[in-house]
Amino acid sequence: MTSTITATLPAEPETSSPPRLSVARRIGRVGVHTALLLICIFWFTPIASIIAGSLRTDPDSLSSGWWHIFIHPLLTGDNYKRAFDTLNAGSSLANSLLIAVPTTIGTVAVSALGAFALSRMRFAGRSAVFLLMVALLVVPPQITLIPLLKLFAGLGMAGTIPVVWIYQIGFTVPFGVFLTRGYMTGLPDEILEAATVDGCNNRKAFTRIVLPLSAPILASVAILQFLWSWNDLLTPLLFLGSSNSDAPITLQVAGLVGSNGQGANILSAGAIISIIVPLIIIVGLQKYFVAGITGGAVKG
Amino acid sequence: MTDVLHAPVPVGDAAPAAPVRRRPRSMAGKAAPWLWLTPLLLLSSLVLLFPLVETVVLSFRRADGTGWAGAGNYAWSFGSAIRLVLLNNVVWLVAYPLATVALGVIVAVLLNKVRYERFARTIIVIPTAISFTAAAVTWRLMYAYQPPGQPQTGTVNAFLSLFPGFTPVAWLSNHTFDNMALILVAVWTGLGVAVLVLSAAVKAVDGEMLEAARLDGCGEWRLFVRMILPSIGRTVLTVATTQIIFALKIFDIVYVMTNGNSGTDVVGNRMYAELFQSSNFGHASALAVILLVAALPILWFTVRIERREAHR
Repeated sequence: MTSTITATLPAEPETSSPPRLSVARRIGRVGVHTALLLICIFWFTPIASIIAGSLRTDPDSLSSGWWHIFIHPLLTGDNYKRAFDTLNAGSSLANSLLIAVPTTIGTVAVSALGAFALSRMRFAGRSAVFLLMVALLVVPPQITLIPLLKLFAGLGMAGTIPVVWIYQIGFTVPFGVFLTRGYMTGLPDEILEAATVDGCNNRKAFTRIVLPLSAPILASVAILQFLWSWNDLLTPLLFLGSSNSDAPITLQVAGLVGSNGQGANILSAGAIISIIVPLIIIVGLQKYFVAGITGGAVKG
Repeated sequence: MTDVLHAPVPVGDAAPAAPVRRRPRSMAGKAAPWLWLTPLLLLSSLVLLFPLVETVVLSFRRADGTGWAGAGNYAWSFGSAIRLVLLNNVVWLVAYPLATVALGVIVAVLLNKVRYERFARTIIVIPTAISFTAAAVTWRLMYAYQPPGQPQTGTVNAFLSLFPGFTPVAWLSNHTFDNMALILVAVWTGLGVAVLVLSAAVKAVDGEMLEAARLDGCGEWRLFVRMILPSIGRTVLTVATTQIIFALKIFDIVYVMTNGNSGTDVVGNRMYAELFQSSNFGHASALAVILLVAALPILWFTVRIERREAHR
């Protein structure tokens, strides 16, 4: 592929005079905007369809597609009212936060500590630990469930929120360490060497130098973990159970999907209620996310 | 930033730290890394390593866990009952990462060329915030099917019906399309993170160098192949690795959208069914071990890259 391109392209600058080039550029610009516009329309259409669906009446949705909202704009807030009640949204949203916030903090803390040792200390077994973490990245969640369900039941912890914290943190820390270690390895050695000469021990080097410098990657880990924890269905389903009063919003929405007799509109309203918080997080914090991941991935 | 680094290490702190550290250094010095690693090792061993070991053992035992099954569970895993499931995983493993990475690179490069970048990126990132359950609700409506002649309420069929000669398709139960229909949902939710990461890498490409090449009359496509692609290569690899691991373990989307019906089953979903519907731990464990073995090349590849970076 590359060879054909290099073969045809070198001729271009000589043959094309300036005016022709600008025409080509202009066509190129139009192409860029068109392609991007099409992708954006494609990506937003599903979102538009549930927003529209959540505002329509059941008979309308059964007989016509969501775009008829523009032709026949009969709007109702009733779906939201019903979804809010059925999902027990007040308390299940609070439960989601109660699960996702400690999980996020725990994951960031454990990843930072582990990554510091793996990137900034020299000791026998360092590569072995890192190898183990990479291997654990690919463990499918399903196989961990039965042994852990038995274990937590045996400990009398089954059905409690701390079990969900432990599972979600333990499941993600290999990924957290993978990302964070790469970033910390890329930090300039001189700064840390200077600190050691100044008599800085590991604890001080960590809290005063490495941690502040690693803030972007830790923010990225935090954002990813918050989104995953909030949206995770499997863990709360199995470790809390769907009838638990501690059930988070995803579990409630999944229950609504499973129950017959509910119209599509109330489901759409429920789906929208469940995505507001993660939406604010990802849209609001995307620039920190970009800053964090770049630092790790571009160095090298 | 340098101020922050140097300010908190005053002389006063250094003086008492040195003598305290001197004596226990050999003993405590050796133990120190492991102290830092304790929370990581404790949690990941509990949640991943311990169940993993148990799974490998169970994969050689009978369904109810009594007595050894030899290679029986593996023979079943590669038998005709599971062939389609394995094949579907291969389809996922190729199509999903390829589509996400290719589209991710294209979108990242295009975004870098326009003024409404933030707006367009936000639109592409929105589905990232959506749980698979909510995505399933959305896409089941998108793919909704009515027999030909009736008004189509599903967006996809309604849109395609605008073209003459099109007959509506039941996307989720027609075996020609069902896997691709599910993979499209995965790409829709997964592209956001890929674009965030890749567009950061594209921005890190030296702009002055690109401008100079442009003034020399270098075409955009050539710029992309010769300059942009090589410098974002490492990031593309990272994204691809993450997506391949995701595709290997794929479960949620299949579970909530079709539950593996009409020939869309994948290993992750079948494993779940073996565990919680058939209570066949032997079968489920053998499937899990197969996934792990399938992931070994990724493991080897990642470690090799890490090694090379470490030696640089």
